[in-house]
Amino acid sequence: MQVLIGAVLMLAIAVSAASAETVYVSNEQDNTLSVIDGTSLTVVATIPVGRRPRGIGLSTDRQKLYVAVGDDNRIDVVDLKTHKVGGSLPSGDDPELFAVHPDGRRLFVANENDNLVSVLDIPERRIITEVEVGVEPEGMGVSPDGRFVVNTSETTSMLHVIDAETLELVDNVLVDTRPRVAQISADNRQIWVSSELRGSVSVFDAATREPLAKIGFEIPGVPRELVQAVGIQLTADGSRAYVALGPANRVAEVDAKTFKVQRMYLVGQRVWHIALSPDGSRLYSANGNSGDVSVIDLKEKEVLKSIGVGRSPWGVVVAP
Amino acid sequence: MRWFLVLVALFLAGSAAADTQTILVGLLAQERDAAQPVSPLDRDSSDEGVAGARLGIADNNTTGRFTGQRFVLIERTIPRGSNPTDAVRALAEKGVKFVIADLDASLLLEAVSTPEARDLLFLNTRASEDALRAESCRPNLLHTAPSRAMLADALAQYLMSKRWRRWFLVTGRSPGDRLMADAVRRAATRFGAEIVVEKEWAFKPGNARTDTGHVTLQTEIPAFTQVADYDVLVVTDEANEFGEYLPDRTFRPRPVAGTHGLKATAWSPVSEQWGAAQLQDRFERLAGRMMGALDYAAWTAARSVGEAAFRSRSSDPAVMTSYLRSPDFILSGFKGQGQSFRPWDGQMRQPVLIAGPRMLVSVSPQPGYLHQGSELDTLGFDGRESRCRF
Repeated sequence: MQVLIGAVLMLAIAVSAASAETVYVSNEQDNTLSVIDGTSLTVVATIPVGRRPRGIGLSTDRQKLYVAVGDDNRIDVVDLKTHKVGGSLPSGDDPELFAVHPDGRRLFVANENDNLVSVLDIPERRIITEVEVGVEPEGMGVSPDGRFVVNTSETTSMLHVIDAETLELVDNVLVDTRPRVAQISADNRQIWVSSELRGSVSVFDAATREPLAKIGFEIPGVPRELVQAVGIQLTADGSRAYVALGPANRVAEVDAKTFKVQRMYLVGQRVWHIALSPDGSRLYSANGNSGDVSVIDLKEKEVLKSIGVGRSPWGVVVAP
Repeated sequence: MRWFLVLVALFLAGSAAADTQTILVGLLAQERDAAQPVSPLDRDSSDEGVAGARLGIADNNTTGRFTGQRFVLIERTIPRGSNPTDAVRALAEKGVKFVIADLDASLLLEAVSTPEARDLLFLNTRASEDALRAESCRPNLLHTAPSRAMLADALAQYLMSKRWRRWFLVTGRSPGDRLMADAVRRAATRFGAEIVVEKEWAFKPGNARTDTGHVTLQTEIPAFTQVADYDVLVVTDEANEFGEYLPDRTFRPRPVAGTHGLKATAWSPVSEQWGAAQLQDRFERLAGRMMGALDYAAWTAARSVGEAAFRSRSSDPAVMTSYLRSPDFILSGFKGQGQSFRPWDGQMRQPVLIAGPRMLVSVSPQPGYLHQGSELDTLGFDGRESRCRF
């Protein structure tokens, strides 16, 4: 998914028309997707999908949206023109998060129940191989150059690095407790990993897996236990990172060069996943417990609006 | 593939590639009577506790594949009527340093007091006596099972958040039930509830599964519960002798909470949030039944030893023990917040589930119960009120 967002961002340089974007949000408890128009900032459609939709990602041609529907053990494929589920893909047991490889052919899917990452061939609609990882695989990321894939295992608390060609494990690195999201920087050189229970983000050198930095997020008046880092978004120019802080109801803005926290945005309740707009001017956050999406204007440094969506919004993706 | 993983693990273990660290974990249980089933839905759970420890060790070994560490569980059961000395000595002689203790309070105190126990660390997964965390606390004893005060405080916070402040306390006759009743009274005082009526359950424990047994209950329970009005009946029946009879049979149409009805518990099969679904699935695959609070406490204990080994990158018990007790230690226990050990009494701070028979109802601490340190420390005895002196 990271790659896609990276690709989308790069595309945005060519398409400068601001905010013509469309935002897709998975509503875990409603079995739907909410479609938000980026200009009017209103919900313009609600798409029924399979049961318990969580991870979502755009196809590389941006014509389709893949939706992991965990309770149906499959990935639904939504046609973005018709706003209908056009088919589905096998995913292995209980898919939660996945990464779309830049080759457009493969999905790397975390199967939480089986300690596996499944590699799915999209045109052939079959699982090519499974990679054994730690207990409860969760976060999935792929490098923009397509050479490696990263996965986090929540209970093992490791970052697993998979060679995207040989499909074998290259390295396993112990990270902070209950890692959730892993994202690779646009230049392919850094891996950012969030830890939900430590409330931290660790940055690793992608080539050596040596730690480069660890970022903490203290918020006055918020108990340490409630500062839980989940979603990460890195800007295409490598200058900033955004981190969703779960039940702290904040999104942190981090200087990606100095690794210093610059500011906090107050958003809705239990914010897990976030997405940058194609031109990098906005950030959208899915707030699970308040049932809304916060829109942050990153130039004006303020929260513009919250938009009510379905129950328990989980994943969010922005398409140009 | 497996070979590849082994190679990776060896590589990670550093230059001394052949040195896989082995960490022996003891499990000390005691011989018990089989529980009398109350409901036909009850499944045999004679491996309660043990099964949780086995899963925790299996989870550790999945991670251990990658870190070059191996965990072995050594199980010992103390025969009925015996003291734990022989079992503790046997574990110590095998090289065990960490002991998951699934024992009643009196046996546990004997176990931690044997001479061989001085160099061992015990993790209490069953005994909920607050005294074990207070005047009877020991430096070689941690507790993953919540204390009765924690359970009572968790329930009280929920009941007060519902404004069900007038309680009818029904207490069983066992010493544990009386201690739980003490904890409920303490919680009522702390959180502003009033115990308007209190009664002790006086009937003999019977066999509920007789033909037409429900008829007897429908005469006994309404008569027993015909008291002045209250908001909620709070029951303490740890041995499961009568608590199950109370919901839906009371004289007044009022809810039942405590050890039955709406339960305050460290774990329940109904929880699937915060990733709990995966833990429940793994447990069910291993044990063939649902995971209970004793299983959870034992799983938590085994996982704590694992975390200490992974994070301290050591198999040295002194290093691991000091890490377990340090503020750096944090365990992911599938209850939405990191769990750690209170330095003042060795108790694991943790959220407490408020569970209905089929669904999770809430989790305490409830919003608004604030604390200058961790909100989890609003449950049970806080540092300043602790009577523990190590």
